[in-house]
Amino acid sequence: MKRTATVAVKKVTELRSDAAVWELRLYVAGQSPKSVAAFTNLKKLCDEHLAGKYKIEVIDLVQQPQLAAGDQIVAIPTLVRKLPEPLRKIVGDLRDTERALVGLNLRPVRSEA
Amino acid sequence: MTRPAGHLKAARPKLAKAPSGIQGLDEITGGGLPQGRPTLVCGAAGCGKTLLAMEFLVRGATQHGEPGVFMAFEETAEELTQNVRSLGFDLDALCRQKKLAVDFVRIERSEIEETGEYDLEGLFIRLDHAIDSIGAKRVVLDTVEALFGGLSNTLILRAEIRRLFRWLKDKGVTAIITAERGDGTLTRHGLEEYVTDCVILLDHRVDDQVSTRRLRVVKYRGSSHGTNEYPFLIDEDGISVLPITSLGLNHAVTDERVPTGVARLDAMLDGQGYYRGSTVLVSGTSGSGKSSMAAHFVDTASRRGERSLYFAFEESPGQIVRNMRSIGLDLEPWVKKGLLHFQASRSSLYGLEMHLAVMHKLVKEIEPRLVILDPINNLSRAGGTAKDVLSTLTRLVDFLKVQGITTMLTNVTTQDHVEETDSDISSLVDTWLLLRDLELNGERNRAMYVLKSRGMPHSNQIREFLLTSRGIELNDVYLGAEGVLTGSARLAQEAREKAATLKRQQEVEAKQRELERRREALEARITALRKEFEAESQELERRIVEDKARTDVARMDKVRMGISRKSEDGSGVPRAVARSRRPQEHQA
Repeated sequence: MKRTATVAVKKVTELRSDAAVWELRLYVAGQSPKSVAAFTNLKKLCDEHLAGKYKIEVIDLVQQPQLAAGDQIVAIPTLVRKLPEPLRKIVGDLRDTERALVGLNLRPVRSEA
Repeated sequence: MTRPAGHLKAARPKLAKAPSGIQGLDEITGGGLPQGRPTLVCGAAGCGKTLLAMEFLVRGATQHGEPGVFMAFEETAEELTQNVRSLGFDLDALCRQKKLAVDFVRIERSEIEETGEYDLEGLFIRLDHAIDSIGAKRVVLDTVEALFGGLSNTLILRAEIRRLFRWLKDKGVTAIITAERGDGTLTRHGLEEYVTDCVILLDHRVDDQVSTRRLRVVKYRGSSHGTNEYPFLIDEDGISVLPITSLGLNHAVTDERVPTGVARLDAMLDGQGYYRGSTVLVSGTSGSGKSSMAAHFVDTASRRGERSLYFAFEESPGQIVRNMRSIGLDLEPWVKKGLLHFQASRSSLYGLEMHLAVMHKLVKEIEPRLVILDPINNLSRAGGTAKDVLSTLTRLVDFLKVQGITTMLTNVTTQDHVEETDSDISSLVDTWLLLRDLELNGERNRAMYVLKSRGMPHSNQIREFLLTSRGIELNDVYLGAEGVLTGSARLAQEAREKAATLKRQQEVEAKQRELERRREALEARITALRKEFEAESQELERRIVEDKARTDVARMDKVRMGISRKSEDGSGVPRAVARSRRPQEHQA
């Protein structure tokens, strides 16, 4: 259960002062495998593509259920891109990095994909 | 398993039910929805699913002390609040009182990208949070199928929805899950596979441009339930389902009688009028006085202080009141006092079922002792076949009978089919008054007779039916060689009879005078004879006295003569004289 510690981190901030901030929020429910996988995948993705300009907030709905309504969370895990606008949601454990990048608008949709 | 079936039945625990609080639905389902289990309510768009679900929650919160959670997938809390405000549901107030929680779940497909594995735990958590925050006992998911529009992985969705229903059951909440009706299936996404306890189908059909909402309990596991389609209506009081087809013929009857309002008619009906709670049919051709008959009935009931409900399908209340004034009946005071309630509507306004529904509702509200339907013909114009009309009327009559309400139906017939009714309802009615026109000598007159009246000896006479400024009057009719005589023919006949009577009377008087005269003559003769007799007897008596005197004188002479002849008899009276006296007395 080494990964447990990873998810429990509430905020991961890797900011360089000059860059545009990516504000991401990951909704999870407890320590489910999907939640843990999602966080791991997200962290990896951010480090690769958004190094130094992202902020991840992990919200555990088991502990804070009242926060689910605010971002209209239905599925778990859900990644919400609060900034930059517009708001985007990516549902799932983010194992498909390509789709996750498309969802985050970090990569244009490729027709051959 | 050797126990008798009856024993098993008695030992079986009854399924716990949560009363929905919706009028009529609890009657159909025998007490409400299965408690602690999900119920599927399905139907096409606009058939009232959301409303039914919302009323279930509101009634639960306000009447049964069970707070509820409404999870809306299609409308926001504000929209919902506005939509149900017209039904008198104040969602804001209920939310403030923690009796209700509304959670709007919005899933926008365009915002969502799916990558990899996920579940709907977020939904579960939200629902769980909402339930726990107010201690909810009831839950509505409206419409959970919206998830299929927002998320693309149907395999996950199906598994999760199945888990959701299971979870609701474990949670012990009574839930309503609404779903859109699919093509050939109950729901578009086959949710009926997962909700197996209770399925209610709502329907909104349009026949002949008349729409009717209907409700059917498709399935209710572990409970008996009405299986028919029941019409329901949505109005300012919410939903009313009408379990009208389930009525039996076991209503209580009474010997109480209600006067008809026409004294002569009471006399024809065993002297007392209709039975309370019976069904009276007044049929007749157009303009034969059916409504007037009804007005009399209503008027007399109002005088007793009984409430009446008058369904007018042809005339407006104002028109009826005005028209009845012309026959000396003022109904307006009764309307003002609240004893008479008019419900005027064109029968084609809505379908038969809806008519029935409206009638039910009004009868429940107003609680009248008598109900008038004037006329029932128009109901057939509300669409439907004669069979439908008959079935509607049967249900209505049964319903009113159960309530002990006396019902008067009027029916317009054509001259050729006087003893027929539009929908063959004669077997439904207890008393049938027939009004008909009689055409004779270039006149049209009204006549009335009692065609039948169950349970009482009634007159078989035809009466002439007059609408006067003092109301309805019934007169005897004359039966002649050409049939019954009415109107001027009756008057002529009356005049003839009067003349004949007068003549007979005059003859009798003449005879009496003759008798008197004879008696006087006889008495005069008797007097004369008596006088004659008196005169004669006086004469005779005078003569007798004279004769006597003469005899005495003669006797005295003889005595004096004997004395003078010195008779030896001491008495001085000779024996011969004494003997001769007797015959003289005899003669006198």
